[in-house]
Amino acid sequence: MLLRAAWRRAAVAVTAAPGPKPAAPTRGLRLRVGDRAPQSAVPADTAAAPEVGPVLRPLYMDVQATTPLDPRVLDAMLPYLINYYGNPHSRTHAYGWESEAAMERARQQVASLIGADPREIIFTSGATESNNIAIKGQGLTLLLRLECSGAILPCHSFNLLGSSNPPTPASPVTSTTGVGAIYIRRRPRVRVEALQSGGGQERGMRSGTVPTPLVVGLGAACEVAQQEMEYDHKRISKLSERLIQNIMKSLPDVVMNGDPKHHYPGCINLSFAYVEGESLLMALKDVALSSGSACTSASLEPSYVLRAIGTDEDLAHSSIRFGIGRFTTEEEVDYTVEKCIQHVKRLREMSPLWEMVQDGIDLKSIKWTQH
Amino acid sequence: MAASSRAQVLSLYRAMLRESKRFSAYNYRTYAVRRIRDAFRENKNVKDPVEIQTLVNKAKRDLGVIRRQVAEQGTAARRKSGNSSRSLGKPCTSWP
Repeated sequence: MLLRAAWRRAAVAVTAAPGPKPAAPTRGLRLRVGDRAPQSAVPADTAAAPEVGPVLRPLYMDVQATTPLDPRVLDAMLPYLINYYGNPHSRTHAYGWESEAAMERARQQVASLIGADPREIIFTSGATESNNIAIKGQGLTLLLRLECSGAILPCHSFNLLGSSNPPTPASPVTSTTGVGAIYIRRRPRVRVEALQSGGGQERGMRSGTVPTPLVVGLGAACEVAQQEMEYDHKRISKLSERLIQNIMKSLPDVVMNGDPKHHYPGCINLSFAYVEGESLLMALKDVALSSGSACTSASLEPSYVLRAIGTDEDLAHSSIRFGIGRFTTEEEVDYTVEKCIQHVKRLREMSPLWEMVQDGIDLKSIKWTQH
Repeated sequence: MAASSRAQVLSLYRAMLRESKRFSAYNYRTYAVRRIRDAFRENKNVKDPVEIQTLVNKAKRDLGVIRRQVAEQGTAARRKSGNSSRSLGKPCTSWP
């Protein structure tokens, strides 16, 4: 009896222990792994600090880095990881034939998403390899021709690394990392030299066994993307607007980077003046974010904020990239906005630059001394 | 096979929502529920029986996907958290 009471008291103490709990608005919206595990599950190792049973993970707002796998894609891949594990280049048995059929089906799915012929699709290990093939396989002058043909996208070659850009501004293709494709036009023919030599697979363009489960996943992801494009695009645009509007109406001196017209809605890059980006990222520890990559450096609209700061450099250091994807919820966006506003305000309070600006000092007029 | 009746479509809808709520991952769970609701709502005025049957067949396939993935991910989650706690739902016998 005593033991049970003691256990109950201890369990209550553990569940009441301060994990860093998010503030009021969202009632503790951090993702729970193993949601259905009862609260009384305590770790076996009692020497470790008593942790609450279900593990809370940060909100995922970094879809430009990688995306969660769509369950439909995983479902398509699994058979090829379990029973149908043949090498697609094995010509002599059913395992090979099945695998090859799956690979060709995937090729068709990828081609159909971008309106290409399946013979124009070569599978690679990802965006980096595709870019290398496109650029090094041809030389720079032909690269321009690729872009002018209109068949290629924002990136220098059409490449799908699961989560990267699709052919039209729409939803991301949510497959795994480790696989990609390149579109090499046949008419008029684009000549590409193979970078990787070996058994002559993929029309000699890219030797190496094609990873059937991965390309099946890529194909399935493309098919899903094609079906979901309109729905996802509408939704992501709406959430994107919501995030931007809510942040900008509550915080002054926020600049949105990137071309407002040719802008993929799910990728939002904001600069918060007078705030160090790294410290903001650290402060937003409940949200998985990143400070964005250099390649999205379309010029900022000139603003008096920029001029006040003095250089582009300063603003670049305080930019955060928010990624909204197919699986992002409204609650996650609202939570992120709330936390972002809260921490930017707090960090600005601590910033001497901000203080000076509030006092009406023109930052450009400051003579910084060396020390 | 006779075309799907309203009752069948509704029962499929309910089954899909019920299964989707069992996803242990927050993002999958919310996506599935939302997408199913929106898809059924969007197609509620479809009259052509052939089209209805196509949609129903697709929904049935998706229901299969959801069932398999809920089961698969359930085991995956248990496998992962098995590293930190010996078993779920049972009091740890070594707790002092």
